[in-house]
Amino acid sequence: MFVDTKSQRRASARAAPARRFRLGESRGAMGLLFMLPAAAVLLLFLAYPLGLGVWLGMTDTRVGRAGQYIGFENYEMLWTDSVFWTSVFNTLLYTVAASIAKFALGLWLALLLNRHLPFKAFLRAIVLLPWIVPTALSAIAFWWIYDSQFSIISWSLTRLGLIEHNINFLGDPTWARASVIIANVWRGIPFVAITLLAGLQTIPPSLYEAATIDGATPWQRFRYVTFPMLTPIIAVVMTFSVLFTFTDFQLIYVLTRGGPLNATHLMATLSFQRAIPGGNLGEGAAIAVTMIPFLLSAILFSYFGLQRRRWQHGGND
Amino acid sequence: MASVDIRQVRKAFGTFEVIHGIDVDIGDEEFVVLVGPSGCGKSTLLRMIAGLEPISGGEISIGGRVVNMVPPKERDIAMVFQNYALYPHMTVFDNMAFSLKLRHAERSVIEQRVRQAADILDLTKYLDRYPRQLSGGQRQRVAMGRAIVRDPQVFLFDEPLSNLDAKLRVQMRTEIKALHQRLRTTSIYVTHDQIEAMTMADKIVVMHDGHVEQVGSPLELYDRPVNLFVAGFIGSPAMNFFEGRLRRDGDRVWVEGKGDLLFPAPPGVRGNEGQSVVYGIRPGHLRLASDAEQGLPAEVEVVEPTGDNTLVFCRVGDAIACAATTERFPLRPAERLRLVPQVESGHVFDAATGMRL
Repeated sequence: MFVDTKSQRRASARAAPARRFRLGESRGAMGLLFMLPAAAVLLLFLAYPLGLGVWLGMTDTRVGRAGQYIGFENYEMLWTDSVFWTSVFNTLLYTVAASIAKFALGLWLALLLNRHLPFKAFLRAIVLLPWIVPTALSAIAFWWIYDSQFSIISWSLTRLGLIEHNINFLGDPTWARASVIIANVWRGIPFVAITLLAGLQTIPPSLYEAATIDGATPWQRFRYVTFPMLTPIIAVVMTFSVLFTFTDFQLIYVLTRGGPLNATHLMATLSFQRAIPGGNLGEGAAIAVTMIPFLLSAILFSYFGLQRRRWQHGGND
Repeated sequence: MASVDIRQVRKAFGTFEVIHGIDVDIGDEEFVVLVGPSGCGKSTLLRMIAGLEPISGGEISIGGRVVNMVPPKERDIAMVFQNYALYPHMTVFDNMAFSLKLRHAERSVIEQRVRQAADILDLTKYLDRYPRQLSGGQRQRVAMGRAIVRDPQVFLFDEPLSNLDAKLRVQMRTEIKALHQRLRTTSIYVTHDQIEAMTMADKIVVMHDGHVEQVGSPLELYDRPVNLFVAGFIGSPAMNFFEGRLRRDGDRVWVEGKGDLLFPAPPGVRGNEGQSVVYGIRPGHLRLASDAEQGLPAEVEVVEPTGDNTLVFCRVGDAIACAATTERFPLRPAERLRLVPQVESGHVFDAATGMRL
């Protein structure tokens, strides 16, 4: 009996491969086939450049000259490079300060836009403007706003009698850091606000009515209903916001090019400066590679943040 | 517990008035059902009582206190919503405890009240679950538990059963009624389902287009509808209507319909000879008889057996009439028979005003 079932099993196992090769009937093989074009694109345009970057970081390649493998020499050099460490500090400051500001202001804006306002659709469209305008253009506008001689802010404050001399927005290290952060916040708010607004609109109004009858004040309604129900979408938005901010390049490049005295150099701008104008492709690639651990930790944070909470499990509505 | 008095209440959205001066008295411990087709203003009225909609005119008082300007949380009411409105990120326990927590009730009090309500509603096993992990009926019970925990003066129900399947709806209907008999809390219940209204209410308020059509006990409304709207709305299957003219023949009153149909009107019907009227008769008050007997000549169109009842839809003159019978006749479409109305169960309405004669 035992032997019989065993041999039967073997027989069916032998029959199986023949079936598997009939492509049209196999979900697995068809799936693989349909995935190939997308996988090819990903490999060619994402995996290959990433691998090339990591490889370049371990060579002494210069513009116009193929390099040699030098191991971790570039990284050893960066370890003692104070400009590099300044750029790490700047990047962290820029990311943390801008992300917190974008979150707070974006959430506030989303809550305002979620009310019944006249011209609601129009206002919501307007809010997207900073995000629609090409970064380079808005950066140039900010460049004018921050200009040492013609700044409209300095001009207004002078007229109001609050200051006597123009503020050197982009020339003073502290002012420059604050200025680029403000420009980044201005640009990033729409993304946060519109996404959180979408999240707010999924919260049924009857929950607020139930909470009102239960005796919740507006603050308690936010604290106990809105905020907890918004946490999943906050995790998504803030992950993306942090990634975008950490890898920012355009805004800094147009406004300050990393100056004054490297006060606004981010890892991305420093990497570009060392690699292209500076010609040290290997070193620039190494700086870019050092961003990976930071980005990975942000992704891990989102991975845990995005996991479905217990209350989201079960049920089908 | 308290009475609720609604005096000349109006509601307008902008210049568009949806409730045109409503008066309803709801007694202490009463179970009142507001019923009407969708858009009749019943939910709006309930929301005004709850304080979720501002009142455009008139007065609402709860327990003798005018509450027009009182915020919802101070009206001492609890509301059960159509979609339950449970907080999805809170357990059943926390959902039920929420209002007490906001009032800074003591932990032991919260625990005791929630457990007590859970016990009444058979929810003790589910206190640690989240709403998503519950079935529709259980969620509905949690929504009621949340209301019970607060021990309010008035319960408000906004179509609480319309998201449940038919079987569960019948079961929950009974549960809500039993709950009311136990707690005796004044309850106002909104539904568009006249069967829910009939089965649950001490008193039914029939609304239509922002007006109250009739207020009364379920059987009053069923037996003596004041107008055509109530007659057609209450009762399922709906009342049959035939247009005709009033004829008086000594003590007997008839309604003469098209094609020489004669409907026997109950004695005591007012109205003048020859007046345009509508004759109404409920399906259960039409007896099926053989073609040889006296009665309205009819031709069977559709037969719907429901088990307890059999509904027979027949062509009578140029109208379709429905007769309900508990007997099981082997009827076939196109078969000819007679419908015999119970004389005292007929209703006659003025064709112009729709009012009962």
